[in-house]
Amino acid sequence: MTCLPAHTDKRLGLVIDLDTCVGCQACVTACKEWNTGGHMAPLTDIDPYGGNVDGVWFNRVHSYEHTTEMGGRTVNFPRSCLHCETPACVTVCPTGASYKRASDGIVLIDEDKCIGCKLCSWACPYGAREFDTDVGVMKKCTLCVDRIYNDNLAEEDRVPACVAACPTSARHFGDLGDPTSAVSQLVAERGGVDLMPEMGYHPTNKYLPPRAHTTRAASVPAPALEPVRTEGGFLGWVDRMLSN
Amino acid sequence: MHPAFSVVFFTTATGAGYGLLALLGVLAGVGAIPPDFWLGFIGLGLALGLIAAGLLSSTGHLGRPERAWRAFSQWRSSWLSREGVASVVTFVPAGLFGIGWVLLGRTDGWVAIAGLLAAVGAVVTVCTTSMIYASLKPIAQWHSRYTLPGYLIFSAMTGSVLLNALLQGFAVGSNILLAVCLTLLGWGWKLATWRHNDRLEIPTTANTATGLAGGTVRSLEWPHTEENYLLKEMGFRIARKHAAKLRRITQLLAFALPVLLLAIVLALPWQAAAVLSVLAAAAQFAGMLVERWLFFAEAKHTVTLYYGR
Repeated sequence: MTCLPAHTDKRLGLVIDLDTCVGCQACVTACKEWNTGGHMAPLTDIDPYGGNVDGVWFNRVHSYEHTTEMGGRTVNFPRSCLHCETPACVTVCPTGASYKRASDGIVLIDEDKCIGCKLCSWACPYGAREFDTDVGVMKKCTLCVDRIYNDNLAEEDRVPACVAACPTSARHFGDLGDPTSAVSQLVAERGGVDLMPEMGYHPTNKYLPPRAHTTRAASVPAPALEPVRTEGGFLGWVDRMLSN
Repeated sequence: MHPAFSVVFFTTATGAGYGLLALLGVLAGVGAIPPDFWLGFIGLGLALGLIAAGLLSSTGHLGRPERAWRAFSQWRSSWLSREGVASVVTFVPAGLFGIGWVLLGRTDGWVAIAGLLAAVGAVVTVCTTSMIYASLKPIAQWHSRYTLPGYLIFSAMTGSVLLNALLQGFAVGSNILLAVCLTLLGWGWKLATWRHNDRLEIPTTANTATGLAGGTVRSLEWPHTEENYLLKEMGFRIARKHAAKLRRITQLLAFALPVLLLAIVLALPWQAAAVLSVLAAAAQFAGMLVERWLFFAEAKHTVTLYYGR
């Protein structure tokens, strides 16, 4: 049923740190690698080695130049499903293929019910859903639902593939409905924000803005080097001759 | 938004079909038009044919059309599902109305009631179609108070111009005044809608989309080198280049030419009047296809902000 659950026991989601993301695309490839064999498999690629490359990806990293009166900087920006609390992509679905889980708040698609009308992708302001033209159904991030509860994986690996792959720990996974969880505390500490809050979809995923610019110059702990003492004797004579 | 031809044709054809069905149902129901066999046969055939062709065409853009029956299940939350249910339910009174008029040759009593119910169903279905678009918050040009009345007006307008062509064709009267008034109303509404859209101040910006407060956010690099699904479906840009020209074509074909032709019809004998009435309906249908195409092509989705478009 595409009506939304009144309450979800958990609100699993991601916290993405725009301060430390270096735009290396490791999360993008790790996501593709896991999910092309995972719950929503395959993530079809069309003409992968040709001139009109196209394909389904759940996670895309943009780069922006953010310019304020404090100066400009490059911000790398990973974009994926935000697993909203009130996702319009679910309520517009005419078939019941899209749903939000009452247990953990993850937004999923039942591929066997999807008719490929694409209306959910129109309803998502974030561009989180991508249509698989080969299979004829819509696809989206599953928050690696087949990893996070997977008993066959070591406990430390039971996180989304993008989180596991991030070399700078810019991606964090946890329960954002629990104010005592590590991710909730990180959001509170760093002033995490919602994307497009004016849309009113209450995204679960939060973004940590880059830390403020500093006006302090870099500190130099060692004293500057002194000029070399003038040598006497033979080496001093050679030095004086060569310096002329 | 990418204007898929199947959807452009769908909204134009079903709009005209439901408008014609509603007018036939109401006017025959109250006895304003005679229960003429050929008028009923061709008129209802055309209305239901346009509706059926539109609905079939709309399945053309589905990835899995064989599962389309599933779309009747989620009427509690989805306007698309409600549209599916309303369109199918409307066929019941419309079918009874057709049987009464065409096979039994009467439009009074229960046939009149069926006609009025078909008209109600037609109005409800057009409302549900418009709400599919009006409910989409990421597309500001659609999420507007102009969308629902626009669909109703254009449906009544195209339906009335078609009905006039039929009445003139079978020489059983005319409804030129209604057709001209509705066409002028449609023209005014379209101009007001364009004016509104051209002055839109959308609160969603690249700043709120990325969570980067203050200053400017400029797209430096896309995540991919070629156009992906999002850009093909939601980042359509061809029409914006020709928008001014296409708007003039729409005004000429959908509004100005039909009004002019219908005004000339008043002064002409029957055969010539019938030919011009049919021409007016054809020109308007073509004009509305362009209008619907622009409705999609000029609509801007918030995902384009991520791409600096």
